[in-house]
Amino acid sequence: MEKTNLLYTTSHEWLAVDGDVVTVGITEFAVKSLTDLVFIDLPQVGRAAAAGESFGEIESVKAVSDLLAPVTGEIVGVNDALVDNLEILNSDPYDKGWMVRIKMTSPLPTGLLDFKTYQQQCSEHGA
Amino acid sequence: MSTTVNKSDELNLYSYLLHLDNTGAVSTITLLAFGFGQWLKFVTFHTTTQMLNTPLYNWHLSRSARMVEFGGWAMPVQYSSVIEEHNATRNAIGLTDVSHMGRFTFDGGGACAFLDSVLSRDVTSLKLGQIRYSFVLNENAGILDDVLIGMLARENQQPYYLLVVNASNRDKIKTVIENQLAAKKADVTFADNTESSAMLALQGAKAVELLEPYVVGGVKTLKYYNGKIAELRSPLPVHEAVITRTGYTGEDGFEITVPANCGGPLAETLRTFGEPFGLKLVGLGARDTLRLEAGMPLYGHELSETVNPFEAGLAYACCLDGADYTGRDALRRIANLQLERVRVGIAIEGRKPAREGCPIIADGKQIGITTSGSYSPTLDRPIAMGFVSPEYSSQGQMLQIDIRGKISGAVVVPLPFYNRQA
Repeated sequence: MEKTNLLYTTSHEWLAVDGDVVTVGITEFAVKSLTDLVFIDLPQVGRAAAAGESFGEIESVKAVSDLLAPVTGEIVGVNDALVDNLEILNSDPYDKGWMVRIKMTSPLPTGLLDFKTYQQQCSEHGA
Repeated sequence: MSTTVNKSDELNLYSYLLHLDNTGAVSTITLLAFGFGQWLKFVTFHTTTQMLNTPLYNWHLSRSARMVEFGGWAMPVQYSSVIEEHNATRNAIGLTDVSHMGRFTFDGGGACAFLDSVLSRDVTSLKLGQIRYSFVLNENAGILDDVLIGMLARENQQPYYLLVVNASNRDKIKTVIENQLAAKKADVTFADNTESSAMLALQGAKAVELLEPYVVGGVKTLKYYNGKIAELRSPLPVHEAVITRTGYTGEDGFEITVPANCGGPLAETLRTFGEPFGLKLVGLGARDTLRLEAGMPLYGHELSETVNPFEAGLAYACCLDGADYTGRDALRRIANLQLERVRVGIAIEGRKPAREGCPIIADGKQIGITTSGSYSPTLDRPIAMGFVSPEYSSQGQMLQIDIRGKISGAVVVPLPFYNRQA
């Protein structure tokens, strides 16, 4: 996916919108900042997702982080390959590293960032 | 920037740095009650006014360390990757700033007898250069701190004792010592050299090869848990250093103490000369996974004022029939009692690491709790330590661990998880 065409959350998830289906992952900045990823817990297809709430967990050696759903809807796809090989996130966070697909049941929330604004946020954090 | 919360609040957090701190009862455990974004903010955050800085603080920043608070000090949690730092220590050399550890000295004719009244290990029988693991206990034999005591001497001078205590317990142990010194009117000169010196841990199979040429008299012949005072050679800062063959990683290696102003140059020179050996700088993150694999307890996790040495499986560090020290009589009583809990090693099935504070379940009921847990880079699986009822402590005992509401299978395994090849 072209990074410039994606939308971003302030909590470092990216989303690709295709009609009413949104593909979600975490950004390269997030992967680099977490380092040493050792475990990911993703939901099952059919589960509900609510904007701003956890849809899973990702763990590094030292920290546990909730993955936050950027939109409200139903989980319609889960990247099981990622569960078996977290290494994918280091090499390809925006394509093979996708995490879930959510079919939206509510409109896209406000407050999502475009690429430029997200980059700015990262540089303010000392990236 | 950071918020101190009760352990029970953990589930409400979006994201948190796992307990690096080890203060136990007086909790300065810094959990981060923020979302993912704020966590990222924190890891690039460097200091607050309350924190102490080691003499290597600026050097850490120059090496792109991520700094966190640990036991009241601003310390590097990692430089690059925790796993890479861990593996470098296992396979080559890891270099860690341990200047935050408290360093006390005891001089004078009454020093030995005084220390025998404070420490659980026999000090009288310490030979020159020898170092021992020991405890400072309370009257109930609860552990106030776990420490190293050593006897050292400069050439042709009277020996003195060196006591190394945990950073988070430095003030507490200092108070215990000062109160007892005042009460006993002992002929002892006591000094806290923590902030006037720097201490570096050089750990790993290749540490001896790296250090050997730069220490007058060498280090090869120094036995495990022995130390000496020796001059360092150029290009290391040419100065007297205390060098001990000790560590907290399960590897061979040394801890080197020099005056504060020599700390930066020593670290930088060891880094430069160590690089061809595969040396990496190691932060507290990898120090924690290394000591966990080595089955070594961490104060505030496995050890606290409500845990006694028998429960911790460390009674070897207590002398029951020698000098009278605080907690000895309680230990003698406990020696004849059935223990309520014991420390065990736990291997966890699957990939999900258990952390501190996870309930341990067997026969449908909670029979213990985890005290440390992480992914083990060497074993490539999650491991943990915890306390369980003695009837569930045998090797091979099947357990379940409740990891934030989800159950993982687990089994009791012998400690340590990792043994270096001799």
